[in-house]
Parts: sequence; structure tokens; C-alpha cells
Amino acid sequence: MSAILVPVIVLGVIGLIFGFSLGFASKAFAVETDPKVDAIKEVLPGANCGACGYPGCDGCANAIVEGNAPVTACIVGGSSVAEKIANIMGAEAGDVVKQVATVLCQGDCDKAKDKYVYTGLRDCRAQNILAGGSKACSYGCLGCGTCVDVCDFDAIHIVNGVALVDKEKCVACGACIKVCPKGIIELVPYDNQVVVKCKSNDPGKVVRQNCSIGCIGCRICVKSCPEDAFSFENNLARINYDKCTNCNICAEKCPTKAIFSSITKVEEQVQ
Amino acid sequence: MNIFTILISTIFVNNYVFAQFLGICPFLGVSSKTETATGMGLAVTFVVTLSSVITWAIQKAILDRFGLQYLQTIVFILVIASLVQFVEMFLKKSSPNLYKALGVYLPLITTNCIVLGVAILNIEKGYTLIQTIVNALGASIGFAIALLLMAGVREKFEFSNIPKPLQGFPIGLITAGLMSIAFLGFTGLV
Repeated sequence: MSAILVPVIVLGVIGLIFGFSLGFASKAFAVETDPKVDAIKEVLPGANCGACGYPGCDGCANAIVEGNAPVTACIVGGSSVAEKIANIMGAEAGDVVKQVATVLCQGDCDKAKDKYVYTGLRDCRAQNILAGGSKACSYGCLGCGTCVDVCDFDAIHIVNGVALVDKEKCVACGACIKVCPKGIIELVPYDNQVVVKCKSNDPGKVVRQNCSIGCIGCRICVKSCPEDAFSFENNLARINYDKCTNCNICAEKCPTKAIFSSITKVEEQVQ
Repeated sequence: MNIFTILISTIFVNNYVFAQFLGICPFLGVSSKTETATGMGLAVTFVVTLSSVITWAIQKAILDRFGLQYLQTIVFILVIASLVQFVEMFLKKSSPNLYKALGVYLPLITTNCIVLGVAILNIEKGYTLIQTIVNALGASIGFAIALLLMAGVREKFEFSNIPKPLQGFPIGLITAGLMSIAFLGFTGLV
């Protein structure tokens, strides 16, 4: 009898001691957490994808409660999640603008010149170390497809030497934006049809020598825009997406077609 | 056995990861970045040392006295699990920054077999309390070294042209094997 009783008692007592000491410790070391954090954690998708820029959904929930992140911080959750979080936080969510990553370079194999032939590792980061890559333009897409490798959603591909994002598949997680050594991938509102697809800060003459589809800084877009949505700095036009109404005037006037417009693209296909 | 011999033996010659193949799971799982590898190494050092002392005391004071040596595994697991839980609570309160840095790896230490392995081997080899502490310290330092070395190598993988079928874990396992062979070079040191 004692052969069974002794181990049961010993194990039970040890278990009880640890149980009680842990229970006591949890009281003694209790960290007061905001109940809002738990409530927000419930609402978040829980995928821990890190698209918000915080380590996982827990980090995001903490940041929102502490006021470091907006209620719209969760990109993947979209407006429905933002609304629920806003209810918890007692704030207005406002409209969440769906964004997609966009590669701001159109200098493909036919349009951009090379300064040397690159035969090394098929990785943009490696190529970038070698005199800033093989493209004559030091701002352009290197086309080795490092962004393609990091995309979990099969939303970015190399088309004729330049990366191109599939707008429908992109969830704006930002993985490609972080990995691109040239920093030419940016988030652009999904509904926006007109984008300046060039990042070159070179003067117009240099751009013209290197690439036939770069922004040469002629400022025609700035002058022609009826909404005053363009700003101009470092030899490069920039669109203020809040003001842009997709009237397509700038894209039509742009002499090098550096302003990409999906409206014009569709028209061309129809014709 | 002399204390210095135990220390050198556990760190290099009988390295728990490379020679005894304990703690392989975190060794492969947490070794993709050197920062997390360092954090994991420190956390494991702390837990292994503390749990070795407590399990040694329980073994001598309770299990041996009642002739319950067969309860060793379950009691030790109980100790380790409670200890990790306690360390987690303690860190959360006293050092939230370290707690955040360790993140999910802290509770994962519970399932790290190196912790149980060291505790059991201490008893099997009949170590004294001092020897136990030194052995635990050496084991965890050896583990941390292995983790750091592996992380250093794996950071280089990012830029290397690895054949597709070997990408990811396969090349990690091959590297681990080669490092294990390299550590064989320490045989005969002690």
C-alpha cells in the first residue's frame, strides 16, 4: 500500500508547493495590463504577420492602447477591424484607405541603359553593393527579384527586368518595401490610378541619357494639374494622393510617360 | 573530477549540442539571427543553472530518502516548468525590456531537452552541489556558443547561392552536422 501512497503523497505535496508558490508569485509579480489590450487582441486577426511594424498582434495591441499607433494600424484587418478597435478605444476610425505596394520604376530592359553586365548572385542586395547595380540610373529597379522572393502572396513579379506589383494580390504587408535596397517600392492608395513611376533625383539631362521613361523634371505636370496635387523637389515630381482626382491630365501631358496611368493603359488595350 | 575539467569538458569536448545532441530544437529554431540567439543563450543559462540546483536538492532531500528515484523524470519536469513560469513572471515585472526581447523563447525553454538532460546527468554522474553548478553553467555556455556560431553561419546563408532543394532547413542540418564533426577535434582535450 505504501508503495503507492508514498509517491502519490510526495508528488502531490511537491506539486502543491510549486502550485502555491506560483500562485503567490503571480499575485506578487502581477503586472497591471490595460483591459483594452486584451479586447483589442481579440479583435485583431492574430496572424502575427508584422505588417503593422510591431512584433505580432500583441505588440500592435499594446502600441494602439499606448497611443503610439493609430486605430487603423492593422493593415491586413482593414476597415472592419479598425472600426471594432475604434469602438474599444472610443475613437472614430475614419476611412481606411486600402493601399498597395508600387514599384516606382519603369526602366525595363528596353528603356533603361546598363553601365555594365552583371553576372553575380541573383540578389538585388548583392548587386547593389557592386557600384550601385548594373543600371546606368542609380535609382532604378535592379530586377534581380529579391522582392519576388520575400513576397508571401505571389503579388510581385519581374516583368522585362523590372518588378511589377499585382494590385489585386498585394496586401500591403511591406515585406518588399523593407528588402528593396533601392527603396523604390512605396505604398500607394489602391484607388489611385496615376503614379509618378520614377525615383531619380538626377537632373533631366542625366535622366534622359540613362533612361527613356524617367522623370526629367520638366514640371509640365505641376503646371497642368487642375487640383494642384503635384509637388516638386530634387528634380522629381510627387503626387499628393489626397488631392489627386485621377483626371489623367498629367499622364497625358508627361513627355517621357514617367507618370504611369492605369487609365491610359486600359485605353491602349481597348484600342 | 576537478571543476575546471568539468567546465572545459561540458563547453567543448562534450558540448551538449554537438556531442550529446541535446537541445537541437532551439539550436535550429532560434539560430537565424545573432541577437535572438544571444537572448536565448542567456535565458537558457539562467534556467539550466537554477533548475540544476533545485533538482539536485530535491533528488538528495526527497527522492533518495524515500527511494523514489523512478519519479525523477516527472518531478524534474515539474520543477523546470514551474521555474520557467516563475522566471517569466519575474522578468515581466522586474525587467519588461528583457521580457520583450526574449519573447516567445522564454516559455519555449520548458521544452528544451538540454534543461532536463543536464539535471538528470548531474544525478547520474553523482556530482556534488558545486560540481552540479559548474556542469550546468558549462552546459549552458556550450549551448550558447553553439547557438551563436550557428546563427553567425546562417546569417551568411542569406546571401549565398544555395541549390533549391537544400534551401532552408536541409542546409541548416548539414551545417550542424559539419560543426559537430568540427567539435570532434576537441576530443582528447580532457
